Amino acid sequence: MILLQQMLINNPIIKFYNSSIGKKIVMAVTGLMLIGFVVVHLLGNFQIFLGAEKFNAYAAFLKSIPGPLWAARIILLTAFILHFTTAFILSLNNKAARGGSYKNMATVQADFASRYMLESGVVIFIFIIIHLLHFTLGAIQPEFHDLDDGFMRDDVYRNVILGFSNGPYAYIYIVAMLFVGLHLKHAFWSMFQTIGVYSPALTPLLKKLSVFTAVAVAAGYISIPLSVIFGILK
Amino acid sequence: MDFTLQVWRQDSPDKEGRFEVYRATNISSDMSFIEMLDSLNIELEQKGDTPVSYECDCLEGICGTCSLMINGRAHGPGACTTTCQLHMRSFQDGETIVIEPFRAKSFPVIKDLIVNRSAFDRIIQAGGFVTVRTGSAPDGNAIPISKIDADLAMDAAQCIGCGACVASCKNSSAMLFTAAKVSHLSYIPQGQPERMERAKKMIEQMDEEGFGACTNQAECEAVCPKGISIKFIARMNRDFIRSSF
Repeated sequence: MILLQQMLINNPIIKFYNSSIGKKIVMAVTGLMLIGFVVVHLLGNFQIFLGAEKFNAYAAFLKSIPGPLWAARIILLTAFILHFTTAFILSLNNKAARGGSYKNMATVQADFASRYMLESGVVIFIFIIIHLLHFTLGAIQPEFHDLDDGFMRDDVYRNVILGFSNGPYAYIYIVAMLFVGLHLKHAFWSMFQTIGVYSPALTPLLKKLSVFTAVAVAAGYISIPLSVIFGILK
Repeated sequence: MDFTLQVWRQDSPDKEGRFEVYRATNISSDMSFIEMLDSLNIELEQKGDTPVSYECDCLEGICGTCSLMINGRAHGPGACTTTCQLHMRSFQDGETIVIEPFRAKSFPVIKDLIVNRSAFDRIIQAGGFVTVRTGSAPDGNAIPISKIDADLAMDAAQCIGCGACVASCKNSSAMLFTAAKVSHLSYIPQGQPERMERAKKMIEQMDEEGFGACTNQAECEAVCPKGISIKFIARMNRDFIRSSF
C-alpha cells in the first residue's frame, strides 16, 4: 500500500498535475483542444448556408465514419472533463489562498472577461448539456428529430430550422454564444502565456487575435439562429 | 490636509480584527504615507491609546518592508511606488482612506497591519540561489554576458519581495514573486547548472505555502513597485515544463 502510494507520489504525471502550474498547463492544453473543436464545429455548421442538400450530406458523412467520429468525441469529452474539473480545483484553491477578505479591493487592469472565467465557463457547461439534449440526442423537441429528408437521410437542416423557430432555443443559443465569446476573449491569449509563450512583439498581437477570435466565433455561431429568426434560412 | 482613516486593528494573530476610524489632521501634502501614520501614532500615544503597528525600514522604496493595502490597492495609488514613497498629495483633502494589511492565507497577520511574509523566505531557501565555489573574487569580465540578458536579469532582479503581487492578486498567487526570483538567475551563465532544479523546487515550495494559481489578469504587474512584467511568469512556466519531463 505504502509502495503504491510512493509510486503515485513519484509519478511524473501526477506530480505535474499536483502542481499549480501543472494544472494551469492542463487548462491551457485542454482549452486549446476545445477551441479547435469550437472552430471546426463552426465551419461545419456554416454549411447550413449552402442549403439543405449540402448540410444533410455533411451530417450523413459524419455518421458514415463512426470510428473517427467517436474517437474525436472521446478525446473532446476527456478534454472537457479535465478542463472543467481542473477549473474547479484551481478556483477552490485560489479562494482558500486568500484567508480573510478585503474591505476594499481595487481592480487596476484585469479585464472583465478574465474576472468571470469560472462564471462564463459554468454558463457554457449548462448550455452544452441543453445543446446536446436538443440537437444531438433529440430529448428536447423530439418531434423535430430524426426527420427524413426524402433521401433516407436525417433531415438535420429542418431540425435546426424548426428547433430555432419554436420555443426559446434560438435565444438561449444566442446568449450562450455571447458567453463563449467572453470566455474566449481571455482564454485565447491566456493559453499562450500559461504555456510560456511570451514576447514583447507577439503577446500584444495574441491579445488582438484573442478579441478577434472571440468576436468571430460568437458572431459566426449567432448568425445561424439570427438567420432563422429573420427568415434568411427557411 | 485632513483625512479620515479606517485602519485594520488586530491585537494578535489569533484575535479577531476590526476596523477603527481615526482622524488625521494637519497633515502636510509633502509627508509620505508612513510619516502620516507616524503623526497619527504620536497623537494616539499622547491620548494613551495603543499606536497602530506597521512595517517600514529603508524609506526609499528598495527594501520591500513596507506594505499596506491602501484604498484597495497594494502600496496605494500610482504606478511603481512603495508605501514609503507615496506622498499625501496623491490624496484629496478630506478623503477617507481605508488601510488594510496584505491579505493571504500564507501571510498571517502578526499585529494590526504587519503580516508574516516568511513564506517568501522559504521559497528563496528552496532554490533561489547559485551554488558557487568560494575563494578569491573572480575576474570582473571573465564570464561574458550579453547586454540583453544582463538587462533582463536585472529587470527580474529588481523584485524587493514586498508581497504586493500576492496582496493584489485575485487568487493570492505568488507567481510574480517566484517567477522574478527564478528568472533573474536563469538569464545568466552562473544560474544555468541548477536552473531546472531551481524552478522545480521553488514552485514546489510556493505551492506548499498555500498560494493560489495565476489566471493571467496581471493585477500583480500593475501594483508591483518595481514594475516587474508577467513575462517572467511565462518564462517560469517554460522552465517548469522542461523540468517536469
